[in-house]
Amino acid sequence: MDMMAGKFAANVTPLEEGMSLSDHPIRLEARDVCVHYGAKQALYDVSIDIPDRAVTAFIGPSGCGKSTFLRCINRMNDTIEGARVTGRIALDGEDVYDRSLDVVELRARVGMVFQKPNPFPKSIFENVAYGPKIHGMVRNKAEAEEVVVSSLKRAGLFEEVKDRLHEPGTGLSGGQQQRLCIARAIATRPEVLLMDEPCSALDPIATAIIEELIDELRENFTIVIVTHSMQQAARVSQKTAFFHLGKLIEEGDTANIFTNPAKKQTQDYIMGRIG
Amino acid sequence: MTNLIIAALLLFLLGLAYQQGWSRSQAVATATGTRLHSRPVYHGALAAVWVLVPAVLVLGLWTAIGPDMTRNFILSQLPPDIAALEGNALNSAVARIMALSSGSGVAGTVEPYEAAAAQALDQFRLLSYLVVIGAAAGTGVLALLLVRRRIVPRLRARNEIEMVVRLALLACSAIAVLTTFGIVASLFNEAIRFFTFVNPLDFFFGTVWNPGFATTGTGAVGQYGILPLLWGTVMVAAIAMLVALPIGLMTAIYLSQYASRRVRDVVKPIIEILAGIPTIVYGFFALVTVGPALSGFGQAIGIDIRSTSALTAGLVMGIMIIPFISSLTDDILRQVPISLRDGSLGLGATPSETIRRVLLPAALPGIVGAFLLAVSRAIGETMIVVLAAGNSPVLRANPAEPISTVTVTIVNQLTGDSDFAGPQSLVAFALGLTLFVMTLGLNVFALYIVRRFREQYE
Repeated sequence: MDMMAGKFAANVTPLEEGMSLSDHPIRLEARDVCVHYGAKQALYDVSIDIPDRAVTAFIGPSGCGKSTFLRCINRMNDTIEGARVTGRIALDGEDVYDRSLDVVELRARVGMVFQKPNPFPKSIFENVAYGPKIHGMVRNKAEAEEVVVSSLKRAGLFEEVKDRLHEPGTGLSGGQQQRLCIARAIATRPEVLLMDEPCSALDPIATAIIEELIDELRENFTIVIVTHSMQQAARVSQKTAFFHLGKLIEEGDTANIFTNPAKKQTQDYIMGRIG
Repeated sequence: MTNLIIAALLLFLLGLAYQQGWSRSQAVATATGTRLHSRPVYHGALAAVWVLVPAVLVLGLWTAIGPDMTRNFILSQLPPDIAALEGNALNSAVARIMALSSGSGVAGTVEPYEAAAAQALDQFRLLSYLVVIGAAAGTGVLALLLVRRRIVPRLRARNEIEMVVRLALLACSAIAVLTTFGIVASLFNEAIRFFTFVNPLDFFFGTVWNPGFATTGTGAVGQYGILPLLWGTVMVAAIAMLVALPIGLMTAIYLSQYASRRVRDVVKPIIEILAGIPTIVYGFFALVTVGPALSGFGQAIGIDIRSTSALTAGLVMGIMIIPFISSLTDDILRQVPISLRDGSLGLGATPSETIRRVLLPAALPGIVGAFLLAVSRAIGETMIVVLAAGNSPVLRANPAEPISTVTVTIVNQLTGDSDFAGPQSLVAFALGLTLFVMTLGLNVFALYIVRRFREQYE
């Protein structure tokens, strides 16, 4: 165990000097969240607090419910037939499953980046401008261009594509496509960014670029990332939650989880004995 | 009867050859003590193939030259004055004797020379059948004897059978291709004959359709301008698409994006039943129900709508085409990756914005392809327009008036007495060719577009 702890400790991103996770206010609050797909229960009583302007990583073996829980936060599970969510998830104290809440508005506030890069079959420009346009955030071409350029810059893609903004987004490489999707997500100025295994379809170099980007974005967004890579969780996150068989086993500061897990299951997973 | 005997004989030969090949191969293997390259079933099948081929060749030869030989024999039996006749008269004399011989009877009194010739023909037929059966069986047996000698343990019977099967598969697929070419060639041939009567310019650019009656030899040719028919065809197809496209598209959007699985499982098969209704049923539905209803509706609002008109036919044809469009578009919309839909919804787009701005643009080439396929169906559709379009080949713009289409005119020109000598019936081939070229062009274009769409996501 000590050996493992040493291996991960070097990778863990430290918090800002003199700051602990408890200094970050709670942005998202989940209490007793259960999800059923038809008769099958996929998630059991998950309760967790997600801090503002920090990266929270969900780890766990495939099928453990981490993506399911992520998709509850912006109610993407609504699009799956037969999915039923119970419990309470609050964004800034407001229940996202409340009847009075408009799901379209929620998804504008909670952006999402998917496992597989999914640029629309439109130009790079149109991809990024899509969100601002449908939300009426830009009134004319100049404003749209401003948003597109600044979003692409923040996603670290602008320099690579500035000469071909009007070429199809599907023509980019996998890593560029994923950064395009991140640019598209942040163009609507969300408060929370959900990332569902954003690097699983990418090569190590593209992965490193995205991880660096996530670290930068943390200054302005509350980020929740699902990953099956423990090294990635250790590298980019400040808080980690371990899921197993639909249950939240353990959560806490990333440094703690990787160096000093309280539960045996967490320890087994980190040591590579399950999953 | 004789054909049954031949078939039975062939089957027997086949069975014998199979059995011989099978047992011979095993006997050879046992005798030499070596392992067979191919299992005995392949040797049996190979022997059967080798027996079948020469026997079928003999029968095929007889089918090709038999009728001519029979006719020559009859001619040789006729008295010189009859045999000296020409054309139709000679043909009918020969036909009378063949009818007498086969026992189906003839009109009028039977001349003595006819009875004698018929009797001789009976004998000739019997003899020729015996010769043919003998020859087929003989070559078959001969082939069997030769093939038995070929069987050695190292004979690659399996490889040869695989080759035969491959050739058979190739032949089957060639049938469809060759038939298409044959139909096109015959259309071309007859259309060119038509253009010896009528100037192609008058045909393609004439505005009057008045073929007159088929009175052979009067020299009256009539007017064959295709434009009124093309206009009618296009008008009916356009009305049909105006009905089918929006309804079909909306149906597909509802089914693929909004409907719950339970609703879809019920609704989709029911819509597809629409596609299974025979077009003639749509035709009389148009004639009996829709036409009068439209006419009554027109009266109520003060517009003169004839009950058989382009409007009636187009409306009903549109209903017929709805499932075609909705089914194809539904499939195409489902082919758009779910990740695109999630991506758009995840940005806070409404389902409607997602459909309009992401799904439909992504599926557009496929939808255009489906649309073009539907248009080519509308253009080629016949029964509905025969019954409900009014059959009035006049160039006019009002859809509430009767019109006629290319397909309807083909039906008209070919039904009743037609001898394929005058332009009145030959024009059908020119019309058919025009129609064929139009639908072929649309289909090729549609397939090209659909294929481009497929490549986009693979």
